[in-house]
Amino acid sequence: MIHIEAVYKKFRRLQVLENISARFTAGQVIALIGPNGSGKTTLIKSILGMVRPDKGTIRVKDHLVTGNPDYRQFIGYMPQIGRYPDNMKVGQLFEMMKKIRGIESVDIDLLTRFEIEKIYEKPMRTLSGGTRQKVSAALAFLFDPPILILDEPTAGLDPLSSEILKEKIIQEKKKNKLILITSHVLSDLEELTSHIMYLQEGKLQFIKDLETLQEETGEIKLSKAIAKLMRGQETSSAWIDQLFAVEQNKENPQ
Amino acid sequence: MLKLSRYVLYDILRNKIIIAYTLFLLLVSLSMFRMEENGSKAMLSLLNIVLIVLPLVSLVFTTIHYYNSYEFIELMLSQPLSRTRILLSEYAGVCVSLLSSFWIGVGVPVILYAPDATGFALLFTGTSLTVVFTSIAFLAAVRSRDKARGIGFALLLWFYFALIYDGLVLLTLFAFSDYPMEKFTLLLSALNPIDLGRIYIMLKMDISALMGYTGALYKDFFGSGSGVLFTAGIMALWGIVPLWLALRSFKRKDM
Repeated sequence: MIHIEAVYKKFRRLQVLENISARFTAGQVIALIGPNGSGKTTLIKSILGMVRPDKGTIRVKDHLVTGNPDYRQFIGYMPQIGRYPDNMKVGQLFEMMKKIRGIESVDIDLLTRFEIEKIYEKPMRTLSGGTRQKVSAALAFLFDPPILILDEPTAGLDPLSSEILKEKIIQEKKKNKLILITSHVLSDLEELTSHIMYLQEGKLQFIKDLETLQEETGEIKLSKAIAKLMRGQETSSAWIDQLFAVEQNKENPQ
Repeated sequence: MLKLSRYVLYDILRNKIIIAYTLFLLLVSLSMFRMEENGSKAMLSLLNIVLIVLPLVSLVFTTIHYYNSYEFIELMLSQPLSRTRILLSEYAGVCVSLLSSFWIGVGVPVILYAPDATGFALLFTGTSLTVVFTSIAFLAAVRSRDKARGIGFALLLWFYFALIYDGLVLLTLFAFSDYPMEKFTLLLSALNPIDLGRIYIMLKMDISALMGYTGALYKDFFGSGSGVLFTAGIMALWGIVPLWLALRSFKRKDM
């Protein structure tokens, strides 16, 4: 459904994406991982047409992303930080989105489970970061799009909401959708993903499905498998160590 | 496009700055008309406020609004909407809200106290200046990614159009005072929308006699039908060209 072909992008002197090629098809859940500044968000933004690549092409369902913007109706996007007009009420935001798409909301599952209807009358500026995150999530899933792009979906959510969101993602995965997730919490990704795409310094290090990864490394846990795979490469090992420490802390909290 | 503008407009109209701006204009206009015995004197004072404050508020408010709605613009970009449509909706929203402030704050008092040719010339100038400086502010904001730089640049533009430009014109006229400069000053006035607005109103006020030969030439030109067309045309250009340039760079921009 998404074809990325030899994409390059430079911000000033910094090469953020270098020769990235990938093909994503329906039914895949792709975890986009890599250290901060490795180009994950830039890649996502390129797919959404917010960043224009210097070279290479991206097609979504055979539509060039640099052309007609209509292809974005197939995509539900949840940004890393969702900010909305301060004075707009939550209800109005949803109403506006429906008007833009010209259709009624199809999937109100998250809307009800996050109890967003209760805060319809609240202005956006009064919402906490986590509540905004819930609003962003509900918006991404609202129109039942065949492609979902989630940028750090669980960051800032409380454990309960995070669990609800994960359940929802698994549910959507079963509907044969293409889901693209970035996250630093590898244990979250573990239950969701079918493929791992690893970026570093703008280069694609590998894209593998979970089974292959587990076989190659002999590790079942995703974090350990990736750690083992990346250890050899000096540049990334520091990040992996750090990540590893965090995961272990979570497993045995004092 | 209207669908989106409606929500942008709705958001801005609840903004405290816009409400304060409206009240400020209303207070100033009412007190001018109430306190000055002479209507045209009141108009002159009001004119100076309109020429200084309107461009400043339009520039600063628009740039700040643009940077504050950056994330919202990002959200819109992830929807099936073209970039042209998004920017034009933002523009329409900001412009309409600033215009409604002006019409409530200055328009209503003028219509109540001085509904003559000068009054309508003032309203025309105020409306044009708001549209023009909103456009210019959009260009400044779209071009610079950094908030401080964008607002700084907008302020610099205001200094240039409201203060520095007049000094430069005076300097030029002084340097070339031995030559016939009448036609040339006419051209110079077209290069600054604030000056153009000022001259247009001044000539409606019958004080052009004070301006000597140049004033007579101005009166001759701006008083005629082609002069009105000229003013309207130049104002329209000042509104359209910066917006078009802003649109062009917005389309190529990485968000």
